[in-house]
Amino acid sequence: MGRVEVTLTVNGVRHAIDVDTRMSLLDTVRERLALTGSKKGCDQGQCGACTMLVDGRRVVSCLQLAIAADGREVTTIEGIADRDRLHPVQQAFVDLDGYQCGYCTPGQICSAVAVLQEYSDGWPSAVTAADEPAALDEVEIRERMSGNLCRCGAYAGIVAAVGRAAEA
Amino acid sequence: MTAVGSGRTRLEGHDKVTGAARYAGDVPADGLLHGWPVLATIPRGRITGIDTSAVQAMPGVVAVLHHGNSPRLVEGAGWTDADPNLQLLQDDRIPYAGWPVALVVAETFEQARAAAMALPVKYHAQPWDVTFSAAHPGLYTPDEVNLHQPSETAHGDLDAGLSASAVVLDRTYTTPEEHHNAMEPHAAIAQWVGGRLEVVDSNQGSYAVAQDLAKLFALDLSQVRVRSEHVGGGFGSKATTRPPAVLAAMAATVLCRPVRVVLTRRHMFSLVGYRPPTSQRIRLGAAPDGRLLAYEHLTATQTATTFEYVEPAGVVGKVMYAADALRIGHRVVRLDVPIPKWMRGPGEAPGAFALESAMDELAEKCGIDPIDLRIRNEPAVAPGSGRPFTSRNVVACYLEGAKRFGWYERDPRPGIRREGRWWLGTGMGAATYPGETAPATAAATAEIDGTVTIRITAADIGTGARTALAQIAADALSLPVEWIRMRIADSDFGPAILAGHSFGTASWGLAVDEACKALRARTTGTPTEPITVQVNTAELIQAMGRPERHAFGAQFAEVAVDVLSGEVRVRRLLGVYAIGRVVNPLTARSQLVGGMVWGLSMALHEEAVRDPAFGGHLNANLAGYHYAANADVPDIEVGWVDDPDLANPTGIKGAGEIGIVGVAAAIANAVWHATGIRHRNLPITPARVLATPPEGPRA
Ligand code: FES
Ligand code: FES
Repeated sequence: MGRVEVTLTVNGVRHAIDVDTRMSLLDTVRERLALTGSKKGCDQGQCGACTMLVDGRRVVSCLQLAIAADGREVTTIEGIADRDRLHPVQQAFVDLDGYQCGYCTPGQICSAVAVLQEYSDGWPSAVTAADEPAALDEVEIRERMSGNLCRCGAYAGIVAAVGRAAEA
Repeated sequence: MTAVGSGRTRLEGHDKVTGAARYAGDVPADGLLHGWPVLATIPRGRITGIDTSAVQAMPGVVAVLHHGNSPRLVEGAGWTDADPNLQLLQDDRIPYAGWPVALVVAETFEQARAAAMALPVKYHAQPWDVTFSAAHPGLYTPDEVNLHQPSETAHGDLDAGLSASAVVLDRTYTTPEEHHNAMEPHAAIAQWVGGRLEVVDSNQGSYAVAQDLAKLFALDLSQVRVRSEHVGGGFGSKATTRPPAVLAAMAATVLCRPVRVVLTRRHMFSLVGYRPPTSQRIRLGAAPDGRLLAYEHLTATQTATTFEYVEPAGVVGKVMYAADALRIGHRVVRLDVPIPKWMRGPGEAPGAFALESAMDELAEKCGIDPIDLRIRNEPAVAPGSGRPFTSRNVVACYLEGAKRFGWYERDPRPGIRREGRWWLGTGMGAATYPGETAPATAAATAEIDGTVTIRITAADIGTGARTALAQIAADALSLPVEWIRMRIADSDFGPAILAGHSFGTASWGLAVDEACKALRARTTGTPTEPITVQVNTAELIQAMGRPERHAFGAQFAEVAVDVLSGEVRVRRLLGVYAIGRVVNPLTARSQLVGGMVWGLSMALHEEAVRDPAFGGHLNANLAGYHYAANADVPDIEVGWVDDPDLANPTGIKGAGEIGIVGVAAAIANAVWHATGIRHRNLPITPARVLATPPEGPRA
């Protein structure tokens, strides 16, 4: 199989690595860069556990080949905190028990960080009324976070945590 | 203030939100190899050829293990019963579609996957039958249902009770095949380290997995170590040893290198158990005042050809209601399907859907409020055994729930509330689940810095066990929780019951409490050398016997049904529980809410669909197998009532399963209240709603 050299900037660190062309961004980060915080729940783009930020936007990294991310800036769950200071989303997940097993959590948190950005950039969601900018209420949060499944059913805590982080 | 009873955030919270928490598939190793199981594509027959030469030369391929070349395994391994699912790559027989026929091992994940896809396997297929029906001629009465409980329970004269009844209800309810789908796919890494087989595995109980591996590979238990520091959900699917641990150990043994095996989502649909479909016929006979004279619950379900697991849906009848005559029975048919096994609330979850729906129908027929009907049929002793309950606070749950929910303001008539195209209704259902205790070993070590280390082979699969046990230890030692160090999920810590059957906190908690008390008796203050005390609760629990100890609950639902699209939206859920002592209200609430989300998914979304033409699933992925996403889940309110019960001295009953029980019935009953249509087949999909439209104007 083909191999190709890619340059990825992950959590601010530049890596030039040579990858199997079949490697997903998720597997590259996990297996080659030893950043195993991003999780694989389905490897098919159906669960959101692998969510990362690529150039600031959320992507399901199992559906993105490493070569497609060549030259891009990637933020994984390991890069969300400001060194030892948890990001407000992370802190809210801890305080409000926005998880149980924690396996979907890295994806939920990366998604939530992106949701706050998308919202402040004025992006509407499927439940946003056409004429007015909606508040980031529970209905909006539920809709915007619905790409991230949680089999433990921690949605109530997740919605509360994202809501609290939005106020921070 | 004591630690027990106050909300504490999880000890591993920081690790979980920063990505530092390491699950089995995250563990690195030098020289790691990747194993990919190749699964049978036919449901019954034999393997006639595996052409390993076709893939041996592919880049990175190290080995292809199959029945012709794999290590021989000792038979009989399995928790409580020999588990044929562990006898992997031993012979050429195919018992079901999705059975492993080979393990491809390669240097990288991509290489293993490519070779596994390319591996030619030839089969001789034999006729198969994968289709369950309540009229299947192969149905028979098993001697036992799940975990050696009797298949049949009866007292009184059922026929006489039915003929003396002013009101008779005779209904059949069905539940489909459902899958746990824990977010973390089952994973294991195995390697030999200094003469020991070291496995990090995604499981609910590492000690039992170590025992199984020792047996399978003819090793002394001291030569095997299994750990499961963090586990991404289990729900029963990781309760017992699963193929990844065995396959990884097999390959590591043959190849003398560390091997990781991670299942794909599709693999999980055949290899880790599931809730089998049920068809449940319930006959209730009642006096005009609703008092039950006759109660019959007959369950038909399926199992595999290789193992007889019988979903014990009738167990709810042994606990819930008094009736002059009682009959509970189960029948099962062996099909060419994967082995079903425990899934959150095994027995109670499907059983309560049928029973609590039937009670709602009976209330309607008798013209009695559903809560009043239940209270009228409160039993003085356990209906199944005739023995007293250690505690029974279900009525308190009904009344507290009714008050919080606004139940008594409800107009009982169905089909009369509209909001445009949405038809609105409310419903309730009761919940029960055993509060049992099982043996565990715990060690407490007084360290020279004044802290205490607790060691126990508990698993924290998301329950908050680690934190709850630290709280229990802190109180037993009169220390702050911060002074307790928890070490869990390592088979080297000794035997302990797995995280299942809502056993965990009550059972491990008792052992931790005992260990801490024993340590306190040995030493107070800070020692100059670490002092360790180890206890095992087996004898204590033996002396406790097996009393009728149960948790209870009441579930309430408000739904809106769009009669044009068929969509059912749950607007509100409330659960009030009697679950003994609540150790950590923060995490217990999450468990109960999570269980209720499962109940919602069971009611509206979950169904694995099997294709009779090829014997496998049509929807073995998370796009085709639906469970609730964030936007499906409404406000969920949870509460609990006082439920003192020291039959286990910790007072704990467990909160892992009761949350799911009764929710699907509450939702189905609410759908009836909204539309006047009874849905007796789960899930209540838009197609089913549209197929039986309610009467009246559409909008
Ligand atoms: S692992 Fe990428 S979406 Fe599920
Ligand atoms: S916390 Fe377990 S899947 Fe979300």
